[in-house]
Amino acid sequence: MTEFRSPDQETKGFRHRVVVALLFILACFCVLAGRFYYLQVVRHEYFHTRAEDNRIALLPVVPNRGTIVDRNGQLLARNYAAYTLEINPSRVRRLDETIDALAQFIDIQPRDRRRFRKILEESRNFESVPIRTRLSDEEVARFVAERYRFPGVEVQARLFRDYPLGSVASHLIGYIGRINQRDQQRIEERGETANYRGSDYIGKAGLELSYENELHGTTGVEQVEVNAGGRAVRLLARQPAAPGNDLELTLDIELQKVAEAAFGERRGALVAIEPSTGGVLALVSMPTFDPNLFVDGISTQDWQALNDSPDHPLLNRAIYSAYPPGSTFKPFMAMAGLESGKRTLEQRMPDPGFFVYGGHRFMDHKARGTVNLHESIVVSSNTYYYQLANDLGIDGIAGFMSQFGFGSRTGIDVPGEAEGVLPSPEWKRRRFRTPEQQRWYGGETISVGIGQGYNAYTPLQLAHALATLANGGKVFRPHLVRHVVDATTGERRAVAPEPVRTIPFKPAHLEAVRKAMVEVNKAGTGARAFAGAPYAVGGKTGTAQVFSLRGQRYVEGKVAERLRDHSVYIAFAPAEAPTIALAVLVENGGFGSQSAAPIARQVLDYHLLGSKPTQPASEDEGAEENQ
Amino acid sequence: MMTEQRFHPLNLLRAFVRPIDPVLLAILAVLLGASFLLMMSASPERLENQLINTGVALCAMWAAARLSPQRLLSLAVPLYLVGVVLLLGVEFFGETTKGAQRWLDIGITRIQPSELMKISMPLMLAWYFQQREGAINLRDYLVASMLLALPVTLILHQPDLGTSLLVAGAGLYVIFFAGLSWKLIVPVVILGVTGIGSIVIFGDQLCQPDVDWHGMREYQKQRVCTLLDPTRDPLGKGFHIIQSTIAIGSGGLFGKGWLEGTQTHLAFIPERHTDFIFSVLAEEFGLVGALVLLGVYFLLFLRGFHIALHAPLLASRLMAGSISAIFFTYAFVNMGMVSGILPVVGVPLPFISYGGTALVTLCLGVGILMSIHRHRASSPD
Repeated sequence: MTEFRSPDQETKGFRHRVVVALLFILACFCVLAGRFYYLQVVRHEYFHTRAEDNRIALLPVVPNRGTIVDRNGQLLARNYAAYTLEINPSRVRRLDETIDALAQFIDIQPRDRRRFRKILEESRNFESVPIRTRLSDEEVARFVAERYRFPGVEVQARLFRDYPLGSVASHLIGYIGRINQRDQQRIEERGETANYRGSDYIGKAGLELSYENELHGTTGVEQVEVNAGGRAVRLLARQPAAPGNDLELTLDIELQKVAEAAFGERRGALVAIEPSTGGVLALVSMPTFDPNLFVDGISTQDWQALNDSPDHPLLNRAIYSAYPPGSTFKPFMAMAGLESGKRTLEQRMPDPGFFVYGGHRFMDHKARGTVNLHESIVVSSNTYYYQLANDLGIDGIAGFMSQFGFGSRTGIDVPGEAEGVLPSPEWKRRRFRTPEQQRWYGGETISVGIGQGYNAYTPLQLAHALATLANGGKVFRPHLVRHVVDATTGERRAVAPEPVRTIPFKPAHLEAVRKAMVEVNKAGTGARAFAGAPYAVGGKTGTAQVFSLRGQRYVEGKVAERLRDHSVYIAFAPAEAPTIALAVLVENGGFGSQSAAPIARQVLDYHLLGSKPTQPASEDEGAEENQ
Repeated sequence: MMTEQRFHPLNLLRAFVRPIDPVLLAILAVLLGASFLLMMSASPERLENQLINTGVALCAMWAAARLSPQRLLSLAVPLYLVGVVLLLGVEFFGETTKGAQRWLDIGITRIQPSELMKISMPLMLAWYFQQREGAINLRDYLVASMLLALPVTLILHQPDLGTSLLVAGAGLYVIFFAGLSWKLIVPVVILGVTGIGSIVIFGDQLCQPDVDWHGMREYQKQRVCTLLDPTRDPLGKGFHIIQSTIAIGSGGLFGKGWLEGTQTHLAFIPERHTDFIFSVLAEEFGLVGALVLLGVYFLLFLRGFHIALHAPLLASRLMAGSISAIFFTYAFVNMGMVSGILPVVGVPLPFISYGGTALVTLCLGVGILMSIHRHRASSPD
């Protein structure tokens, strides 16, 4: 602005400005120094922690899942190592293009892609998701040669669950599957989040589900130094994983195989229990399914096939389906009569072939004049039990039967057990809503007496009650796992070896009922099925009505196959000191001696004699029609 | 001067070292030494390249130091014109890298004309004020401002905020040292301070995605917004600032030791060999290392201003003052952004960051300072 300034003035002005500039610079540097002091001294602790958090990552070490073996040590569920091709979605931008490129040298089916999508949707966080499992060595080699083209895609050695026997015993063994969001929630609720960090699989059904805590093991931790890309650079410390515990079952898998084979194509269930321990020897639900389908995430087609089948293979009939026990209920009713004092052993009751209650005639197959308790079981008299039910009253029946566990869960160690129905006026009040429906009619008591009506029990409950009868009144909690074996120490922990309670039956009463049941297989309704058996076996046939015939005579062939009655049979053997008590139910198998008893024969023959049948138990076309 | 004993090796050496100012050279040696040390830690594979870069840059410095200020001034106009033409060339024919047009392919090599402007800009303005010495009035400041605005606008349009800031700074320093009235400076400074202040205060509203910042690119807006609140994008743009402040803060008083910086060696610090190399220093050498660096820089500026004060020629004074001030700008903006008090604008840490172009430019500046220093006596040799 100033015109004609002298050089001196100008130099002086310049000097001023240099001083101002230096002051400004000094001020700015002081701000920087202050900032450094703040970051490096005042907040040093905080940033130090942040840097350590950055640097150190805790990587989970997934424990090996425990194996499952039967009572003789045969492997039912095991692990094997295999290579999987995995994609880390957070590091791969164009998933489809990447998969297309991979498909050029690795076999990737549309099924694999669909499964990949499904797992991706369900995945918990940005974990890597398998696109192919069980790679062949050649495929691994081909990928390794091309891997530089695929950042974010890796081959991982993983442990897979394998069920070597496939569909055998699949309902009770169950299966594992990938952890989905619902499983994740459950894990969080149980406070197990840390232990499942790194785990991809969890038990979904059967023992794999109920013993998840034992089988899973404890996740280990590797403390590693990671770089900004999240890659481990150096191992700092390691706490190894503790493998999951092994399960040793009470199950005899060979017996299970025999039992499953005996059913052939028929639907139904069989439960065999060791009366002295409550250990389950066989637990059959037919048809079965292959649990290996579920391990990698089941394909939609397989799932639909299993789900839409009218045979409902996924249903565990042995513990979830409740059926009327039919005449197999009679030995228990006989015990009720004796224990309550309403009947004596010698007492003969009139059997005109029917029983009249409230003007209604309850029918029997034939008139026998008079029968005592022993005969009533051997010939399966309905009239005897119509009267007995009437004498006991519904509350008397329900009260006595509940001791055996009828109508309540047995507490078996596989999930998904049903309660069944032990009918009583109280049950009706809970079950129905209108006062009309809730009312208990005396006639209903009469039907309950022969195991029909509202009675509905699972095959497990029936076998469980029979085992109690066979062992003299000791109630065990039925269980499939005999020992939980600690994988590290080898320590064996027994499961439920003590009876829950003992029912104080009079030995004479037990003896009489058991003797009558032995007679059933000698001279009664089970005689044809057990002809020539070299062991003494107690049993009882039964027929569970599917279709109410309202007094008409049941003529086989006139009703559709699905409306045919269910065939029921219970047995214990050897009669002197039972080592097995079983219940068999064949859906729409007709009456008890027709389908269920021949299956029981094959199972008992194997259990007691070791003889394996060559073909499924045939239906006994000539079996006597009976209930 | 070199008539006798022409081929005596001692004389040859003397001729070789004569242009060199030992004080500046010593400061430079400390900074370059620090650069090599940090490079060995941050990116050892680039050390060799940086040594070559340094060699080239020192040659450029020596060459500039050999020229007299008058000779340099005679180059001002042609350099400026060539620079503007090249910038226009970039505008129309430039190559695009990382979303910005900065490079011009001239057949043999690619050059970055904006870099040239960091030297030719203050040179041009110094030459202009030299022409008007003794009669500088308001109109001259206007002319100077226009000379400055043209290349700055072109560089800003590439877009390269960091370089345009430095070029603008270099020009403004010349204008400031030429004696622009405080009556004009003070209001502009107040306006600037209130502007920045209001951005800080109303940052949240201004950073809403639908708010358009007139004349600014989206990425520039993002940088400012990320600076105001790095946590708004911790994995993306805020990552750089967060990680570099962690590196600095975790260094503590004495640092983690050379080659021991976890943030550096595990690659958490982005661009750790270039713009963010200061966080390597602060992590491995702590507050002590950072303050020593501030001290060395301050010595550099002091020496620069000392040379400016003793220069006989107006243009020399303006050049020396501007160059010293621009060194400061580099250092302050870089350390400010790395420590999280200034936006990330892509300015290297002078004499330390990896990169040949910036180093050559900076050493040219040192060379010019040396030349001015050698010609402090009123008569040129």
